[in-house]
Amino acid sequence: MIESDAFVQAMQDMGVNFFTGVPDSILGGIIAELMDRRLYTPAVREDEAVAMAAGAYMGGKIPAVLMQNSGLGTSLNTLISLNMIYRQPCILIVSWRGQGGKDAPEHLVMGEVMPQFLETMKIPHRTLTEKTAVEDFKWVAETFMKQRIPVALIITKGVVKGLHP
Amino acid sequence: MRPEQGTLISRAQAMAALLELLTDQPLIVCNGFPSREVQKIADRPTHFYMIGSMGNAPAIALGVALAKPEKQVVTFDGDGNVLMSMGTLATIGALRPKNFIHVVFDNEVYGTTGNQPTISNVVALDKVAKSAGYVNVERVLDRDDLVYEFKDILKKDGPSLLLIKVNEFAEDAGRVVLDPPDITKRFMKAIE
Repeated sequence: MIESDAFVQAMQDMGVNFFTGVPDSILGGIIAELMDRRLYTPAVREDEAVAMAAGAYMGGKIPAVLMQNSGLGTSLNTLISLNMIYRQPCILIVSWRGQGGKDAPEHLVMGEVMPQFLETMKIPHRTLTEKTAVEDFKWVAETFMKQRIPVALIITKGVVKGLHP
Repeated sequence: MRPEQGTLISRAQAMAALLELLTDQPLIVCNGFPSREVQKIADRPTHFYMIGSMGNAPAIALGVALAKPEKQVVTFDGDGNVLMSMGTLATIGALRPKNFIHVVFDNEVYGTTGNQPTISNVVALDKVAKSAGYVNVERVLDRDDLVYEFKDILKKDGPSLLLIKVNEFAEDAGRVVLDPPDITKRFMKAIE
């Protein structure tokens, strides 16, 4: 399991210096660490977080947005009509609720379709694992720089230490 | 017709008055007619014109304001836009960025799509902003008040919201001419 502080440090080492989002339990440890480091600006909706990140990017920051995968639905129009059309990159750190059909009912449909959903939206994505973490972060940084569009790093349950281990 | 309709100025007239008072502040303009009108009245590289993502103008401006705390950041918004993302008023009110100025042109209709009514005739968006924690909130109906209040807001720490009741008239302005990626690049360079 990756420690939350190691995860945040890896993001900072990558140059990410603006974090916003809407919480999820899987991301709880990461958000707590970001708040400890006074790096986190909370948003009330995922589309707002994505738009705030776009503004921060234009102001010279490298932004990341944390969200549960349901937030991809909420922020769909912003990702498409702002980030994609205006070429404004951001790193989406998305928790994979409903993966493998083992979760509360509200997560099951998005949990099942999320990979196809990201592909349809042409958002490059990769699922973080402890074993491949170094390459995963490298891939995120390179894709972000090269494509200038949102890139998603998917976090599954138990890969990064949460608030309740 | 609203009771005060005959006495109200148009959004473009209000914009022209505000743009005279602005210099090199980053300005994020919401989608639809407002971006097209600002482009026609005074196009500056510090302007970010939106062509989609309705409701997101203040969130984009907030991101710029947080990244550039030394610059006053302004957003031109509409009543339909504010209603769509009313939560963003709360985010801004809670964060209290001092360098944030929110201008809402309130014509009580979705003008770009054919003047369908919004609900801002019964929901006072300035009061919502005040309750959400905006520090300075003003509501104006005519040009003189608008100029007076905006000059005052420019001197104060925010977040501030200026709500301008305007009529439904839309300027004959063409679509936003720059390609969106060029708008991004030009804006980034101008506010560096």
